Amino acid sequence: MTINAPFFWIGDRIISFFREMGYMAIMLFRILRGTVYIFQHRHLVLKQMLKIGVNSLPLVSVVSIFTGAVASWQAAYQFEGFAPGMSTYDFLGAAVSYAIFIELSPVLTGLVIAGRVGASIAAELGTMRVTEQIDALETLAIDPINYLAAPRFTAGWVMLPILVIYSYLIAHIGAGVVALLLLGVSSTTFFSSVQRYFLVYNVFSGIVKALFFGGGTALVGCSIGFRTEGGAEGVGHATIKAFVFSSAFILISDYILAVILF
Amino acid sequence: MIRIEKLKKYFDDKVVLKNVNLSINKGETLVIIGQSGCGKTVLLKSIIGLIQPDGGHIFVDDVEITTLNRKKLFHYREKFGMLFQNSALFDSMTVEENIGLALKEHTKLSAEEIQKRVEKKLAVVGLSGINDKMPSELSGGMKKRVGLARAIIMDPEFVLFDEPTTGLDPIVADTINDLIIKTSKELGITSIVVTHDMYSALKVGDRIVMLHSGQIVFEDTPAKMRKSNHPMVKAFMKSYI
Repeated sequence: MTINAPFFWIGDRIISFFREMGYMAIMLFRILRGTVYIFQHRHLVLKQMLKIGVNSLPLVSVVSIFTGAVASWQAAYQFEGFAPGMSTYDFLGAAVSYAIFIELSPVLTGLVIAGRVGASIAAELGTMRVTEQIDALETLAIDPINYLAAPRFTAGWVMLPILVIYSYLIAHIGAGVVALLLLGVSSTTFFSSVQRYFLVYNVFSGIVKALFFGGGTALVGCSIGFRTEGGAEGVGHATIKAFVFSSAFILISDYILAVILF
Repeated sequence: MIRIEKLKKYFDDKVVLKNVNLSINKGETLVIIGQSGCGKTVLLKSIIGLIQPDGGHIFVDDVEITTLNRKKLFHYREKFGMLFQNSALFDSMTVEENIGLALKEHTKLSAEEIQKRVEKKLAVVGLSGINDKMPSELSGGMKKRVGLARAIIMDPEFVLFDEPTTGLDPIVADTINDLIIKTSKELGITSIVVTHDMYSALKVGDRIVMLHSGQIVFEDTPAKMRKSNHPMVKAFMKSYI
């Protein structure tokens, strides 16, 4: 191993990162061009909406209820002694609600979808690539981008905001239950605090984030899946890569959107 | 008619096809034989535009296809059907959906009409009554036959066969050979068959081409091939005997 080896390794990683970004930009362009055929393929979009949205409900429910619960518990702990003489539990609902609307529900639901859906899109399309099913579509004069990628991308950006709205509800229930049963804060106190400080803009910003996370996750899954090679091992690599890239995309774009939106 | 001129293809440093020149006449069955990795499948996939060559030209009915844009390429592919080595059936679809997909996408036929046409093609390949089966429920030979039915559903002018008998027992392999002959003659299709199965090559081919190290080293009828003194051809013939 030469002294230059770490630099070559880093250089190689940087080049492959930008190559990946380039492939994704091309894929996005081709998907957007293919969305004119979405009505023709509406049955495929509905099928993907079922897979991405409806089938994710149990997982999103579990993640959301515990997210709300832990947010409530941690907020109460952090408020302790924060403002002596004041009933800090009056602000508990509002503080938890802000966190859920702005950050917790969009990001955690996004990460759950990245693991469940982004990876599964890459595995599914990767398997179709290595078993020549994508080539078979091409030989039937069917554009695989229009037929496979565009419906997944559309379902991704449509369904994630819906899942996030659902997550808002479940997370608030989780937070409210913990406040009531473990912290002794009545439901009226908790939810009136939520209501008093409620801002529509917070809900809107979470939904905007979800749009990006949903579309980005599906795009990453499609882009990596379409370029899979190397049999079963290649499909395994593609699955991991899709999860890593879509998680990184969610966290980085979350920061960028936070700066733009707030 | 398909005309290939000076076709070249490289993968990194490896030369796969070197100045391949070939003509495929309307209605004939051309067989391309050669060792594994000699470029047979690359040549086949170049003809249908799945692989972009690094040099040379491919003309189909005098239209140069290597320079077509993606939209025109898809239009051109409607003239073709292809049977893949591992059949490449869509594993999330039933047999009927697999075969009828191209009709659903490219025509305005009703579901009943599509079903009728699918059943007709299934009858051609001798597999009536399996419309609702999933690919995972089929044997290797049945998958190939469903793949063939899918390849001919749009009544193409050209059908490409990639290793149609690989992985099948000799009896099932021979039924696939018979099907290639039957579909080619009955439907007037121009067939290009890539194989390293000499029995299959000699049985189905009107003309046989041998590829070796990316170049054509033999091109003639099966009868002439049996008598050839070319060392590679002799080595292949020896494996057949």
